[in-house]
Order: sequence, then structure tokens, then C-alpha cells
Amino acid sequence: MIENDQGLPGLYIHIPFCRSKCGYCDFYSTTDTGYIDSFIECLLLEMDSYEFEFREFDTIYLGGGTPSLLASGQIEALLEKARNSFRIIPGAEITIEVNPADTDRDDLEKIYAMGINRINIGVQSFDEAELSFLGRRHDSRQAMNTLDSARLAGFDNIGLDLIYGLPYQTIDGWKRSLEKALAFGPEHLSCYELELKPDTPIGLRYEKGEFGRRTEEVQHDFFIKTSEHIRDAGYVHYEISNFASGMDRASRHNRKYWDHTPYLGLGPSAHSFKGACRWWNKGSVNDYILDLKKGRRPVADSEDLGENELASETLFLGLRMKKGIDIKAYRSSYGIDLMETMGLVIRGWEQKGLIEIRGGIIIPTPAGMAVADAMAAI
Amino acid sequence: MNNIRNFSIIAHIDHGKSTLADRLIMKTGLCDSRTFKDQMLDNMDIERERGITIKSQVVSLPYTAKDGNDYVLNLIDTPGHVDFSYEVSRSLASCEGVLLLIDAAQGVQAQTLANLYLALEHDLEIIPVINKIDLPAVDIEHVLGQIETDLGLDPDTHLKCSAKEGVGIDEILEAVVERIPAPEGDPDSTLAALIFDAHYDAYRGTIISCRVFEGVIKAGDTIRFMFNDSVYKVEEVGFFRLTREKRDQLSAGEVGYIIAGVKTVSSVSIGDTITLNDHPHDKPLPGFREAKPVVFASIYPIASDDYEELAEAVEKYKLNDAAFIYEKDSSVALGQGFRCGFLGLLHLDIVQERLEREYNLSIILSVPSVRYRFTLKDGDVVYVDNPVHYPGPMATERSEEPFIRASMMMPDRYLGVVMNLCIEKRGVNSNIHYPGTGRVELTYEMPLSEVIFDFYDRFKSVTQGYGSFDYDIIDYRESKLVLLDILVNGEKVDALSQIVHKDRARARGVLACDRLKDEIPKQMYKIAIQGAIGGEIISRSTISAYRKDVTAKCYGGDITRKRKLLEKQKKGKQRMKMVGSVSIPQSAFLAVLKSDKDS
Repeated sequence: MIENDQGLPGLYIHIPFCRSKCGYCDFYSTTDTGYIDSFIECLLLEMDSYEFEFREFDTIYLGGGTPSLLASGQIEALLEKARNSFRIIPGAEITIEVNPADTDRDDLEKIYAMGINRINIGVQSFDEAELSFLGRRHDSRQAMNTLDSARLAGFDNIGLDLIYGLPYQTIDGWKRSLEKALAFGPEHLSCYELELKPDTPIGLRYEKGEFGRRTEEVQHDFFIKTSEHIRDAGYVHYEISNFASGMDRASRHNRKYWDHTPYLGLGPSAHSFKGACRWWNKGSVNDYILDLKKGRRPVADSEDLGENELASETLFLGLRMKKGIDIKAYRSSYGIDLMETMGLVIRGWEQKGLIEIRGGIIIPTPAGMAVADAMAAI
Repeated sequence: MNNIRNFSIIAHIDHGKSTLADRLIMKTGLCDSRTFKDQMLDNMDIERERGITIKSQVVSLPYTAKDGNDYVLNLIDTPGHVDFSYEVSRSLASCEGVLLLIDAAQGVQAQTLANLYLALEHDLEIIPVINKIDLPAVDIEHVLGQIETDLGLDPDTHLKCSAKEGVGIDEILEAVVERIPAPEGDPDSTLAALIFDAHYDAYRGTIISCRVFEGVIKAGDTIRFMFNDSVYKVEEVGFFRLTREKRDQLSAGEVGYIIAGVKTVSSVSIGDTITLNDHPHDKPLPGFREAKPVVFASIYPIASDDYEELAEAVEKYKLNDAAFIYEKDSSVALGQGFRCGFLGLLHLDIVQERLEREYNLSIILSVPSVRYRFTLKDGDVVYVDNPVHYPGPMATERSEEPFIRASMMMPDRYLGVVMNLCIEKRGVNSNIHYPGTGRVELTYEMPLSEVIFDFYDRFKSVTQGYGSFDYDIIDYRESKLVLLDILVNGEKVDALSQIVHKDRARARGVLACDRLKDEIPKQMYKIAIQGAIGGEIISRSTISAYRKDVTAKCYGGDITRKRKLLEKQKKGKQRMKMVGSVSIPQSAFLAVLKSDKDS
């Protein structure tokens, strides 16, 4: 069994409520906000139930859904409970995702006062037509206000989410959005390529033939140009979709998912990982509440990861990150010498400029990140 | 002998042959439904899955008829594909009659006709049986019309049944007794028994299935296989019930098994005649043909480490398949393997599948080839079934390829399309014959290489399944042959080479490149595929590289799902062979032969 010893666990709290569903999103959430109160009660119960399995955290992440839908008192109650049940180490990274549509300066100041020190704003685009295509509730002016307010409220670790690769979007159009984002000097940027997922409104519109899928060549172009543009502005491209003004500003919490650091996920459909076990909660708010009120954990299923599974995850996750894969560490963890078992393949990647090997570490280049899934499937 | 009936069930695929056989077995009390394994006659997984019977088998059914007499009804099962048409003919030669089974809903279909033609060749009594009468909306009258006009049989002779529901089974058994003639033959004559099947038993060696036509055979006899000219001592004879049932002797008219210390199935030739060594029969039974492989391909393990396992598997497999031959082979691109000979492409498919399934191997087959004949400048004559050994134009005086005579039977409305197909396949010397109203028999002489690859599939498709097809190899004929090489990223892949007719070379090269483009999945780099003849590039295609293949988000909830997806993709790749830096899937090697017109 591989017990990760390189970092403290992270705590994720999933707030599964949204005012409305966005056109691209296939995360679990509900627009039925009438359950929020019982839901919060249950989150507290669920936290209680893990008191002995998790003792301390150095990150908390309030994600969703739309955590900013909660009243500030509710957010505070959650944080207080977390602080009572676990040791939240000093200097912990505490993040909340907010939607520009329902967050004002006052909210942001309250959030900051609670000790939340990182904010991730779901801007998605600065173009009104694009925002409406994506089904967002806010306009670009609101997004800019939220960004300004966050800074004024005292946040010195601001991230924003953008989506690119929309139908009819050009690279130049996208760069203009990107410029607007960079003008705020955010510490963190997540740029997600629009994925046409089935069972989302946008996915359905695609299936109906309203617009076509972009060729791989165009997608490649968007990806590489995005990376170049943001790196030119002084950021580190540290994961497929994530950029930080410096590695100290890279999301400490999210990185735990990618290197088998333990994490506890609370709330419907949240995933947890500890030791070599991953488990996840039921998806529905209803089931979640019912289970906890009956005194049981709302766990849907779990899996014990063997050495092969861990090795396979380490490989595919490593190819998504600038941090890459440490060949020696991989060998000592899983007993597999990558250069021996797939040296020819790896050297081939290197020749094609998909990876670099530096200091015994396989590091994907941006072109390599663009095909990380294909590489991992070798 | 008057109490014996030897018969077979013939039918189009899925018309219920196995189900009826099962019913007959149950009805005659050989076993009850509790101990009954579904469709016992087809006892190999592959047969059950593909719905075809590969190896024929026999079961002897005890039956007390309404006349009060006890009978032994020998039900002889037959394989159902042209690759095995010779085996079918030997099984039918052991019968006096057949049940021609027709699906009440589907009516007369291609193989109904094809099988009828075979039965007619053997002068068998034919009992048409309409099956599946339990299905809703069946039109019996229509089927009866087809029996009269399409089959040329008297519709009044038909029986109806539902094998699934067990309806009409008694009538069938009675008809077998009443209408199928008892076998003829003289127990006091010298022994003549026809071998129609053989299979391998790990404890007893080869179990020979035979029909005794003349004389008697019993344990202790010294027998001779007339064609193979080999001599054995009989250890045991008996009937096939659900298991083997030992008897004192098999006598003229009877069907059963012989165990005679024959070590491998390969030592037995289907169709050979067994006689007594001391008092041999004056001549062998008619119709013998040596089963000769006509298609050759090399088998390689996907992982080179598995060579020893493959060697063991091939050796074991050979014990049970006389028509399969093999020898060691090695390829520059694919490493060590075996060059093998097969009866046809289906046989090749089956061998591949059985090696993979029963011996848990992953294998690659090279592009199949026929056996060509080259007369060299120095006068030597060489046979080449592996393109690797193509002697080259400079050394060759004369090149020849095997020709066949194809016999095709079909309703006359398909004559035009079939003739076009035959001409496309370089067919010559056609002959048309009308054996009855609406039916036409067409013969063509064609190169075997054109026929084995995709002719049969296309023939079935253009005749909508109503045609029957068989062929005999006739001779070698002069043919301008060249070697078509395939280069993947500039590297020659010898296992993809083909010897082709010069006039077809360019088209074949284009086809091969197109096919490989479809079959070889996208990889990390651009892949160039080229067809070349003697160093000159005649065709090319390109597979573009992955440029963007990664999901944007991968957080807590995505990791397990993603890993499982990758595991699945990797599993798919285990069936690919790395050639240089390119993974080539198993399917690519056969695909280069298939024309675009296949569906």
C-alpha cells in the first residue's frame, strides 16, 4: 500500500445548489434551494462522522454547485464546524467558488473576514454573447465588479475561470477575453476548453447539429496559443487547464487530487481518498439527507486501489502536470522502471517534443499536455 | 439392418437445426431435460456463438416406432460452411435421408437451397420440415409454395413442427422410420467403412466416426486405412449416445466410433475407407478427396515472449484438426512464429479464435496467401505460399497461380450479377446449365487467390444469400505476378506483403493503403503508409497524429472514471502488434484483402 507522506489532507465541501444550470455543466447540482437548511445540518453531521479518520487539513475548498448561494452565516457555520472537528493548520488555503451574479462587495468582505483567503470567480467569459450561450446569469460588467470588489475586500489570492473553444469563437476573440482577465492581475487562471458533454443543454444542441465540433487541429491551436499567451504574461502553466502567477499561487487544494494526497469530500457526489482507498457519496441531495438523518454515511461506493491502479493514475495525472513524473520515485513506489518498460515510447515522445526529460523527471510540454490522454493510453 | 436409419438435419442458419436435434434426443429418452445441456450437438463455444457447426458429430437414438419395432436412428450432424463442404459431403454420404428444415417465418433461404443441392447429389430421401410454426404470423401456404417451386419438392410430403415447443416431434420420428430407407449392405462381405469425422480425446487418442457400408468391425481386428495405407489394431467400437457406448461390433449399415490407438487426428483422412488388413475390400468407397490447405498465413504472438506458449498451443491444436498444417517461420517485422495452412478463410478464422480462446493467446496473422508456382531461370520449380520467399522478377522464368473451377447454384434471377462478379474476379470459361425451372448452375474457372479472399462474402451478398458455392482446384496457370510490399513509416512490414497479379497490383496497393488507414488507429505521430512494387511507390495514405486529446477537467470525481477508461483503451491495444513505433491491430492484416464492396 502506498501511504502518501508528502502533504496534509485537504477538505472539500460540495454545495450542490444552483440558481440555474449552466449550459455546459454536467456536475451534480439542483436548483431546488428549499433543502439548503437541512442540507447544511447534514453536512455538519457528515463532518462529525469523520472526526477520527481525518485529524487535520491544510486546505478547505468550498465548491459546487454555487457555494456563494449560501448565506454568509451558513458558510461561517460550516467553517466553524470544520475548525472544531479538525485541526485546520495555520496558513491553510481556504477557497470558495463564487458566481459574479450573486456576490457583492459586502458578501466578499464577510467571506474574507471568516478567514477564507482564496477566491475563485466563475467569470467564464467577458463577451455578452458568449455568456448567454453558456447560460450564465451574469454579464461581463458584473464579473468585472466582482473582481474589483474581491481585491478591495482584501483578497490577495484571486482566481478566475474562463471557458474557451466556443462555437464561432476565434483565437483572436478569445485572446481579447484573456487580455481582459489578465488586466486584473489575478493570481490564478483556469482556462477550460468547452467540452460537448452529452446530457448538457449545449451537448444536446451540438447533437441536434446547431454547430459542429472543432477539428483536433483547431483545438490544438487554441490550447497552445492559450498556453503561450498566459505564459508570456508571466504565469506558470502548471496543469492542463491551470495557470498561476507563481507556484506558490497554484491551487494547493486541487493539486492533492493529482498526486494521491489524501482528501475528504463532503456533500453529494463528493469523492474522498485516503491510504489507497477512494470512496464517493451518493449523488442526490435527497439520498444524502436521508442517509445522514438516519445516522449513516451517504457513501455510494468505494474502491481499493492496488499498486497497478495507483501506478496508472500517477502516470496519467503526471502527464497532465508541469511537475511531471519522477522516474525514480515512480520506480520506488510501484517497482516499475518506466524507461525499461516503455523507454522506446518515451524517447519517441521526447523526440516529437511532447515531453522533456530533465533531472530524471518526465515533463510534458504544452504540446504534450494537449495529448496527455492519448499518451497515457499507450 | 432393417431397424437402422441414418439421417441428417440440414437447414439454413438459425432455422432451428440444433433445437430440433435436441428435441429428438430428449424425445427418444436418451436424456431428460434436467441433465440436458442446451444444444448438446454443438459442443464447442465457437460453434454455439457463431451458430455454425464446425465438426460433425453423431448421436444414435433408440426409438420404438408405432409399428412396435425398435429402431436405432443415427443422427449425423454436419458443418455448415463452404470451407468444410467436403466434410459435409462425407457426412451426407453416410446417410440415406435428410430432414430439410425450413423456418416457417423466413421460408426457403440460401442455405436451404445449397443444402438441398448437396443432398440431391447424394441421392438422399428428403423430408421437408417446416419449423417454428408457433411463431405468430407465419404463412405456411407461402412456404409450401416455395417448397414446390424453389425446391422442386412435392409439398404434400412436408411435416410441421415447433422444435422449441416440442410440437410435431413424434411425426418426424415416425417419418424418419417410414420414409428414409434402411441402409443396404452385406455384413458377410469384406469390411468397408467410411470415415466421416475424427476428433481427439486426451485419454483414448483419436476417436474415429464412421459408417460401415459392408462387413463387420470389432475389437481386436487389424484394420487398414486404404488411402493412408496405415494399419492399426482396433481397441474398441461402439455407438455414440450422449457419451460413447461400447459395443461388440459395428456391422454393415451402422454408424459408430472406432478407437484404434491412432495417436493424432492428422493420421486420419476424412473420407478414407477402413477395411480389414487381412481381407481387404476390393476398392475404396467413392468420393475420397484429400483435404489440402489452400490458404496460408503466418501466426505470431503479439508479445514475443509468448512464442513458446504459441508453439505448445499450435502443437496441441493440430491433434484435433487434420486439415491444419504448420511449420516454423520468422518475420523481420513480427518475430518468430509459424507458417500455417488452412482450408479457407473461415477455417483460418476458427483456428485463430480457438488458439486465442482455448489457449488464452493473443496472436497476429499475416496477410493470407495461396500457393504460387515459379519456374526459375535455372529450371528449378518452387512453390511459394509466403510472399517473403517471392523469387523476384529477375530470377523467374515463368510464374503460375492455382485455378479453381467454381460451381455455383442459384435462382436464375441472380445470374447476371454473379457473372459480373466472376468476371471481376478474372473468371474464364463459363458454363451455364439449367437443372430445373428457375434454377441455374454456373461454373467458372477462376484464380484461387481471387476466390478465397472476399469472393464468398460477395457472392452471398449479390445472391442475397440464395446462392450455393463450391469449388475444386483444377490446375496451375501462367499469370503475371508481382510482389506488393507495404511500408509503414518507411519500414517494410513483411507480414503485410502480398503476391498479386500484375494488372491488379496498383489497385490492390491503393486498396491496402486505404484499408490500413481505416484500421490503424491514430497514434502520437503521423504515420505514412505506402504500397511499393520493386522499390517503386505506387500508393500512399497518411494517418494524422493526435493533436488534442485530453479532458479539460480532472478533479476528485473524475479520476476513477478516467483510469477505468484508460484501462479499457489499453486492453484494446493488447490486440495490437508494435511494428517499429507503430501499433498495428490484428484486424489490419486481414483487412488489406477485403474490397470496398464488402459491407
